[in-house]
Amino acid sequence: MNIHEFQAKQILGRFGAPVPKGQPASTADEAAAAFKALGQPKAVVKAQIHAGGRGKAGGVKLVSSADEARDFAAKLLGKTLVTHQTGPQGRVVRRVYVEEASQVARELYLGMLVDRKAGMVSVIASTEGGMDIEEVAAKTPEKIITEPINPLLGMSSFLGRKIAFALGLKDKQVNQFASLLGSMYKAFLETDASLVEINPLVVTQDGKVLCLDAKMSFDDNGLFRHPDIRELRDPNEEDPAETEAAKYDLSYVHLDGNIGCMVNGAGLAMATMDIVKFYGAEPANFLDVGGGANTEKVAAAFRILLSDERVKGVLINIFGGIMRCDVLAQGVVEAARQVNLKVPLVVRMEGTNVEQGKKILAESGIKVIAAADMADAARRVTEAIRA
Amino acid sequence: MSILVNKNTRVLTQGITGATGQLHTRACKEYGTQMVGGVVPGRGGTDFEGIPIFDTVEQARKATGANATVIYVPPPFAADAILEAAAAGIELIICITEGVPVLDMVKVKAYLAGTKSRLIGPNCPGIITPGECKIGIMPGYIHKPGDIGVVSRSGTLTYEAVYQLTQLGLGQSTCIGIGGDPIIGTTHIDALELFNQDPKTRAVIMIGEIGGTAEEEAAEYIKRNFKKPVVAFIAGQTAPKGRRMGHAGAIISGGRGTAADKIAALKAAGITVAMSPAELGITMKHALDGKAAR
Repeated sequence: MNIHEFQAKQILGRFGAPVPKGQPASTADEAAAAFKALGQPKAVVKAQIHAGGRGKAGGVKLVSSADEARDFAAKLLGKTLVTHQTGPQGRVVRRVYVEEASQVARELYLGMLVDRKAGMVSVIASTEGGMDIEEVAAKTPEKIITEPINPLLGMSSFLGRKIAFALGLKDKQVNQFASLLGSMYKAFLETDASLVEINPLVVTQDGKVLCLDAKMSFDDNGLFRHPDIRELRDPNEEDPAETEAAKYDLSYVHLDGNIGCMVNGAGLAMATMDIVKFYGAEPANFLDVGGGANTEKVAAAFRILLSDERVKGVLINIFGGIMRCDVLAQGVVEAARQVNLKVPLVVRMEGTNVEQGKKILAESGIKVIAAADMADAARRVTEAIRA
Repeated sequence: MSILVNKNTRVLTQGITGATGQLHTRACKEYGTQMVGGVVPGRGGTDFEGIPIFDTVEQARKATGANATVIYVPPPFAADAILEAAAAGIELIICITEGVPVLDMVKVKAYLAGTKSRLIGPNCPGIITPGECKIGIMPGYIHKPGDIGVVSRSGTLTYEAVYQLTQLGLGQSTCIGIGGDPIIGTTHIDALELFNQDPKTRAVIMIGEIGGTAEEEAAEYIKRNFKKPVVAFIAGQTAPKGRRMGHAGAIISGGRGTAADKIAALKAAGITVAMSPAELGITMKHALDGKAAR
């Protein structure tokens, strides 16, 4: 789960990280009021969407008066911002963040993430702040510093100082930086974060370390421990079909193709998408109904994948282990009746209670194209949509 | 022979009275696995269908001589269950539970490094040596005793691979689901090392998926050390970047962990890669026939 910049700064600030003062605003007048409340000659107005690259896309501006803050906010709010991370469809700006302006002397990169290879949380730092870190890693890997944090020791001061010196920080900045890392790691652990990214982390002209931007993502599996973080979910930033699927505890990802896929198990679901492509069509979605799906859940899954108007054919691929084929068949029959199925439906079933499942489908009166195996299923569905 | 589990393996179930624990303990027992005890705090002294239940893993181990445990407890308690099993000296810990917070696994992994316990999972189907011992949630009947090793990050996709092998008359030595999470106990390389040393295993199917670099590392290991034929498949060739595809670990992040990168690394290491998931079995058959003909 992702949150907005201003929310990430509020969380980091609460753990003692140095962040600029600011206020979110959802109207132009609120933005003007936020400027006045800061009480400084200049402020920065920043579009709040779940994507980076806002500055280059015209979503960030330095303003010198409440009127200017109001005008820029009015221009942004309700507009669609397209950055290199949003995709061509862009994201609608529903909030701006009005923040005190900072005098920047140096820009650095600082991140913390779950490092799969190390099996630990690692600090990633670079002198190349404000840039796309993936690009830095690809072109100049020597400019990336990676330090895993031993979970039994925690964020040691020596490690903080080591990274600080490697970044060329000096004097008081070294301890400020080490202390920031301590705050970040504490925030990371106590919110079950999966990523914290400060890009850029700046050194101000008066020599202070400051988090100028902030991004936080959280481990969905850890959210049960953090109702306060869960509250920060912004449904406007998510695909409506995906939000609906989440209600039924279904794992659904919307894609651009026209073959709707329903599968049990994430690996098999991905493999089913792959085989659809292998036979020359494009999957419309990833959908894992999970192991313990009941009839209601299967019916919901079927409705959700058909809510995508681009879907011209449906492929159901089930390998019944815990999931029983008769339960799956019952759910499909119910859902097909509810939604008045108009597109070809190909079903491949194998495993537990497969004969009962096939019987339920055959006797339902619903037009089902039965497939012998995965390849047969993919072939049949691609042929069916071309017919 | 086989790896890790066989007919002598004595297994505990942690969370034996939950719906999942009951269902699969029964199914594993029916398959022939020695299910020797259950652990449910507060229910010690009772039993589940004749299997004695204990309050702690330590008590269960002492009373039953168990050397393996399978965990079905809910996600908030799974890490603690793994730690308890390791502290009690259980050699093989299999965690089926899906949804364990990754930071819990960071702690678990660090603790396990100092013990003799091996963890499989979490978020995995378990491990089976066909005809001898099934620990986990896989349907037993699709398996057939034989000499092909299977290691996979997926559940149902593993069943698909096993089913294809069995249909072609190719039995399996041991099938091990290592789990779909970002931080897991046993990795592809760990499983490959065991298969390498197992005289019964003639060849291995390795099933990976997008996310992380475990398959790239495995490719490097196979190139240097592995002596048997390997057929690989990578799920997620059509997966978009930055989206979690069901499994917590199946995400292309920072431009890394794509199926294309993994397939390229595997091919560069001389490994046969099946491009279609419907051809896992037949690709293995061809690899073995080719080997025999040479």
